[in-house]
Amino acid sequence: MKILKFILIISLSMGFSQLKSDEKNSEFKNKILKNIRCLICQGQSVYDSESDFASSIKLIVDKKINEKLSEEQIYEFLREKYGDWIIYDPGFNKNTYILWLLPILLFLFGGAIIYKKILINKK
Amino acid sequence: MKNKLTLIILFIFLSFCFVILYKGLNNSNTYIPKINHEKNIPVFKAKDLNSNTYIDSEKIFDENIYYIINIWASWCIPCKKEHPLLMELSKIQSVKLIGLNYRDNLNNAKKFINELGNPYAQILIDKDGTLGVEFGAYGVPETFIIDKNKKIIKKFVGPINKETVEEIKLIIK
Repeated sequence: MKILKFILIISLSMGFSQLKSDEKNSEFKNKILKNIRCLICQGQSVYDSESDFASSIKLIVDKKINEKLSEEQIYEFLREKYGDWIIYDPGFNKNTYILWLLPILLFLFGGAIIYKKILINKK
Repeated sequence: MKNKLTLIILFIFLSFCFVILYKGLNNSNTYIPKINHEKNIPVFKAKDLNSNTYIDSEKIFDENIYYIINIWASWCIPCKKEHPLLMELSKIQSVKLIGLNYRDNLNNAKKFINELGNPYAQILIDKDGTLGVEFGAYGVPETFIIDKNKKIIKKFVGPINKETVEEIKLIIK
C-alpha cells in the first residue's frame, strides 16, 4: 500500500511538473507570436491571425523552439526571410535609426525650448 | 526679425511634414518583402508529389544550372493564369523548374498538372506551408530564381507575366 502511495505521489508530481513546463513553453511561444506581424492581414500579429501564412509561422516557431533556438534567434531567422517589417519591435540598425532617434531628438528639442522659456520668464 | 525667423522655421517644418505625408499617400500600404541581398537556399527534406518519397534539397539542386522555384496550388486562380508561361519557361534547356505545391489537396494537384501540363522537373509537397516560409514566401503564386551558386537572386510575388518571363530569360541567359 505504501509503495502504491509513493508511486501515485511521484507520478502526480511528475505530471504536475510536465504541465508547468508545457505552460511555460506555451507562454514563451505566445510572447514570440505576438511580436510577429502577419504579412497577409497586416494589422494583426501572427498570434491573432487565422491566415494560412500565420498558421505556417506558428508551426515554424514551434519547430524552432523545439530546436532550442532563443527568442532572438527566431526573430533573426524570420528577419532574414522577410525583413525587419515582420517583427513589431524592430532592432536598432541603419534602416531604423531615425525611428529610434527622432523621438529622443524631438524630446530634447522640446525640452530646450521649455527650458529657455522658463529662463526668460524668471528674468 | 524674431517673428520672421519663427515663421520661416514653422514653414520649413510644415513643408517637411507635408512632403513626408504626401509621399506616404502614394506608397502602397501592403508590405512586400524584397530581396536586397542574395540568400542561400534553405536545407530541407521534402516529399515528391509523384514518387511520394522524401528527397534532400542537395539532391534537388545538384546540377550546375539555374533553377526556378514556383510555389503553386490547384486552388489558386492566378496560378492557372501563369501556368502557360511556366510551360514556356520549361522549354529552356539551361533551367530547371521546381514546383512547390502549397497547402493543397494532392489529388487536386495531380489533376491540375494532368489537365494543364507539367512544366516542373520535380514537384515538392508543402502540406503545412513551412517549406514556403523557409524560402521566404508568404503566399501563392511566388517564383524564385536560383543561380548556379545556389543563391536565391530574384523573387517574384504574384503571378508571372510576359515581362517577368523576359526578365527571367535575361537573367538565365
